[in-house]
Amino acid sequence: MDLLNSLADGFSIALTWQNLGLALLGCFLGTIMGALPGLGPSNGVAILIPLAFTLGLGATPALILLTSVYYGAMYGGRISSILLNIPGDEPAMMTCLDGYPMARAGQAGQALAISGLASFVGSFLATWGLILLAPQLVKIALLFGPAEYFALFALAFMTLGGVSSTNQAKSAFAAALGLGLAMIGVDTQTGVPRFTFGEVHLYDGIDFLVAIVGLFALSEVFIFLEERHGSASAEGCKMEIGRLTPPWSMIKQCTPTMLRTSGLGFLAGVLPGAGASLGSFISYSMEKRLVDKEGTFGKGDPRGVAAPEAGNNAAAGGALVPMLALGVPGSGTTAVLLAVLLSLNITPGPLLFTQNPDVVWGLIAALFIANFMLLAMNIPMVGLFTRVLLVPPRILMPLVAMVSFVGIYGISGSSFDLLVMIGFGIMGWVLRKLDVPLVPIILGTLLGNAMESNLRRAVTIDNGDWFTLIDSPLSIGLWAVAIVGFVLPLIVGRVVRAKMHERGDAEGSISD
Amino acid sequence: MSDRIFGAFGVALAIFYAFAALAIEESFLSDAVGPKAFPLIIATILGLSSALIALRPDAAPHWPSLSRLAEIAAAIVVLALYAELLPELGFVIATALAATYLSWRLGSAPLGAALTGVGISLGIYTIFHLVLDLSLARGPLGF
Repeated sequence: MDLLNSLADGFSIALTWQNLGLALLGCFLGTIMGALPGLGPSNGVAILIPLAFTLGLGATPALILLTSVYYGAMYGGRISSILLNIPGDEPAMMTCLDGYPMARAGQAGQALAISGLASFVGSFLATWGLILLAPQLVKIALLFGPAEYFALFALAFMTLGGVSSTNQAKSAFAAALGLGLAMIGVDTQTGVPRFTFGEVHLYDGIDFLVAIVGLFALSEVFIFLEERHGSASAEGCKMEIGRLTPPWSMIKQCTPTMLRTSGLGFLAGVLPGAGASLGSFISYSMEKRLVDKEGTFGKGDPRGVAAPEAGNNAAAGGALVPMLALGVPGSGTTAVLLAVLLSLNITPGPLLFTQNPDVVWGLIAALFIANFMLLAMNIPMVGLFTRVLLVPPRILMPLVAMVSFVGIYGISGSSFDLLVMIGFGIMGWVLRKLDVPLVPIILGTLLGNAMESNLRRAVTIDNGDWFTLIDSPLSIGLWAVAIVGFVLPLIVGRVVRAKMHERGDAEGSISD
Repeated sequence: MSDRIFGAFGVALAIFYAFAALAIEESFLSDAVGPKAFPLIIATILGLSSALIALRPDAAPHWPSLSRLAEIAAAIVVLALYAELLPELGFVIATALAATYLSWRLGSAPLGAALTGVGISLGIYTIFHLVLDLSLARGPLGF
């Protein structure tokens, strides 16, 4: 009952004109960003962060806007997957497999409708999962001391490394690079400057928003420049959507698939490091194995469209669980959302639920509302978004670059930060070429200081004894999971990731 | 080959990082761990992973041709100039110029690129400054 009361409170917070308007705006922008190849949830949310700040939004409205974008992008990615066979963002890549053949067979409208419905089911169930699971996780997290938190952060990095790259060493490199960047600035505990090399601008440390926008948004511009890929992917293709109402039998056929893959996707999202791309991948693979008796998967089976879409939307909801309950994001986009919270001086984690219940429950209620808005936008009004696909990158990419600059300049007002951002853009481009995942870098810059202070607190409490880190059963358990999470992909993950990367683009793309 | 160079660079970075960490001044009021320990751990991981990358390289990525690289380098120069000149020229002019350049290099015809650039600049100015009241760089002309 407590739960329903909290949820009712949440709805009373979310149901203001301002918050509804922000959710609507977020859903609309998110769907567009998801649909456009080259803009995905993580860089989409990243370039909108400054907007949230300049609007002077409080924590709840800002989160409502940005998570609506996140959910919206998960819906939008399928549009270009189905119509153009080009995933609009990484989690949507599995949708191409059956979505495009359906479109070729003249069933584009039905594919869009069934995938929209699957997205809705996935998000809806995952939001319930978030409500039920997050408070339980909070109860566990309240038992955590500094040593356990240190182990938890290590776990996040190690499991993230397991799935985000084909090469574990590169993930470890990325994590260390991010952590190393976080160390720049004045040490909060002793007040000595570190790695500043006398540059006054660096005393405050590197603003992680600058790093995020540079790595995610600007590197994309460089990728497009490199390929000189300036015309719209949709140019010259005729896009006939056709009937938007799938026959009842199709919905019936897909229902068990949607329910199963929602559960699976949600689990994949909750696991640190997995995120939506993995969610849609394992959902599709499992359904193929389970129900593909006649070998129709890959040839335009509606279940093959429903499975990855329910899976990736459910994973998006699931990924919010560790971010809100533990303060440890499991995917690129939730890392960006964490950055927003930190910039607003709100520390996610178990205390968030007791100290800022309005933020948590307002957000959850807004997710429900946004989900209904998205369903309405993505089935009857999908024609609107297919037109967006006609915007060529030669207009879109300069816009992305300029909005990134405006945003960062709007926050800090300094040319120095803009130069740092360009530096991060170049770094992001080079690292993507080398197939080094970017998400651990972001996670490192975000969590580096918290990780270090937990380590120092733990060791100081125990008078300098480093073995305190593996002293309690809880922390030993976390370390064990971390090590398994790092080692297991070395053995079994090679196959899975190789298959995933076969479908993914070759540019070491940004994981959801 | 790319990975070997990258790995070697990473090892160099790790050594540099470790030296910079050792050079951190210890405060007389320090906790049991101090400000150096964690950076040194990071340097170790950085070094080990870089060495592994260098020793077991992946297949080389597809690097763009020299002309494409020059293209990216030119864009970087333009963007850096943009960052520096933003306070001098004011938002509208600087942004229009930078956006025109990017659009032109992505394949717009010159006139179309100019229109795109001016459009993006004025569009952002209208939405972010006039509607949302974000303070953008103010040039000599006041916009």
